[in-house]
Amino acid sequence: MQLAQTQGTVGSVGLNIGIFAAFVLLTLVVVYRASRSNRTASDYYAAGRSFSGSQNGIAISGDYLSAASFLGIAGAIAVYGYDGFLYSIGFLVAWLVALLLVAELLRNTGKFTMGDVLSFRMRQRPVRAAAATSTLVVSFFYLIAQMAGAGGLIALLLQIPNSNTLGQSIVIAVVGLVMIAYVLVGGMKGTTWVQIIKAALLVVGAFVMTFWVLGKYGLNFSALLGGAVEKSSKGEALLAPGLQYKNKIDFISLGIALVLGTAGLPHILMRFYTVPTAKEARKSVVWAIWLIGIFYLFTLVLGYGAAALVGPDVITKAPGGVNSAAPLLAFQLGGEVLLGLISAIAFATILAVVAGLTITASASFAHDVYANVIKKGETTPGAEVRVARRTALLIGIVAIAGGILANGQNVAFLVALAFAVAASANLPTILYSLFWRRFNTMGALWSIYGGLAVCLVLIVFSPAVSGSETSMIKGVDFAWFPLSNPGIVSIPVSFLLGVIGTFVGRRERFDSEKYAEMEVRSLTGAGSEKAAVDA
Amino acid sequence: MSTTGERSAGGTIYQRVQASPEFGDLRRRLRRFVFPMSALFLVWYLVYVLLASYAPDFMATRLSGNFTVGLLIGLLQFVSTFLITTLYVRFADRTLDPAAERIRREIEGEA
Repeated sequence: MQLAQTQGTVGSVGLNIGIFAAFVLLTLVVVYRASRSNRTASDYYAAGRSFSGSQNGIAISGDYLSAASFLGIAGAIAVYGYDGFLYSIGFLVAWLVALLLVAELLRNTGKFTMGDVLSFRMRQRPVRAAAATSTLVVSFFYLIAQMAGAGGLIALLLQIPNSNTLGQSIVIAVVGLVMIAYVLVGGMKGTTWVQIIKAALLVVGAFVMTFWVLGKYGLNFSALLGGAVEKSSKGEALLAPGLQYKNKIDFISLGIALVLGTAGLPHILMRFYTVPTAKEARKSVVWAIWLIGIFYLFTLVLGYGAAALVGPDVITKAPGGVNSAAPLLAFQLGGEVLLGLISAIAFATILAVVAGLTITASASFAHDVYANVIKKGETTPGAEVRVARRTALLIGIVAIAGGILANGQNVAFLVALAFAVAASANLPTILYSLFWRRFNTMGALWSIYGGLAVCLVLIVFSPAVSGSETSMIKGVDFAWFPLSNPGIVSIPVSFLLGVIGTFVGRRERFDSEKYAEMEVRSLTGAGSEKAAVDA
Repeated sequence: MSTTGERSAGGTIYQRVQASPEFGDLRRRLRRFVFPMSALFLVWYLVYVLLASYAPDFMATRLSGNFTVGLLIGLLQFVSTFLITTLYVRFADRTLDPAAERIRREIEGEA
């Protein structure tokens, strides 16, 4: 009977706001203190390369464990059972691509952005413009996903019903403004500290809830699964694949996008520049892999736990829908205090990830487009940082608008689209330029723009956008592409376009000096960007 | 970007290092580890995804209580990820770092 009550009111609004405000206040103080040593462009973009591998690893987990991981995966497992588990596995295994093939080489070669590496031995301006374009598009998809999560959470927490669009929009705008403040005041250093605090809170919160749930079943995971099966109208099917993904090819496509997307996410790549050496970059990936892996094991328990204790039917009907599984489970376990804490952590998660995305997108615009394409490298770092700050402001406003529009969409699903775009537009060019000698400017442009275009077109004409019950635009049907995730087509196409483009541009002058410099630097770290020395 | 690009006898310092047997050895060792390892984990992941989509009944087989084959294989993906991470770090610390460090000193000493 308690369940019937949870649908009406969950927790106390005052307490929720109080805990959330305390977090914002605490982190703003940290950000402000961290920002006092912000002086140079390297400080603003890369935190002076002063973070240690372990600090950066925790911050990467903070960046990566977004609303999709916490709210999205727990919800997907609670409602669709085993299919939700695929997200966690794909998101985790993907880190091996980053660890083995990308992180260290990238740290050794670049300065601030993905464009630094991609354009290293190519014609600077076109390749930088392409890299910045795809960075902005990927960050935009990712931002919208986070803001959609914020909307769902707000619906649940502040008890602003889904019908009150204006109320929810105002809260999304407030979230956006706080995030802009973090970025403008703190730069990369402040943002990194927010990530670290948030990651620690998130992992500890999930740990406590996991053992609380398991404790209710005598620490017996099998009994917990039994409870979930009993409660769900889907029954036994909860333990087998196939509940969410009826289309087998779609499931494979999603799997491919997840595993290849991570190493192409600009906001993750940029984190590798905040450490002093490649060895520290390696260490940060190792920390990230362990933290993220352990966290996903927690979400497996939390997802099935929410199914067993709250029930999938209650979850889907609650404000916020599937994304509300984890907060509802917290309420079921520890009443309104735990709900307030967990929701504040989830809010913090969104805030921190949005700040990370904003700084990446603004850095890419200021460093790649403004300084190198428009000003042809003839600008001062001070002017560049000023442009970055203004861009951050603009992106913040776009994020607020996008968040209001995307309010109510499925978070993990939207993030999976961002992964598909990242894997299609960025990964082939990153790998080719690091490992393939003959790769050239034309190849990079074909692969980035081609992969981006194919991926976006397939998304627009997919059932994700129109023609099905869960599409973004309801009531119309212009979908002709059958898959909701385009990865299985767009990623191989982008790899292929890189090869064809390279062949088309084979008459380009081969810059053997730059190639030698890039390869030797990437493998040995000679001449790489050094850490700022604190005076 | 870099100040170490001055020309001398056989091209830039980077070109000479790139052509040296020591650097060739470093590159070979790195690639011989990361390429097969990447192929291995990607194939193993793909096997998992294919099993989940084409053999759901097999994945639903109970092992003990409500614990299924699918959950076991899923958790084994976690185990293999942690294992490969550990193996790579050990390999990089022991084999790659000393060689890279030697070459880096050579270059920066000369610059």
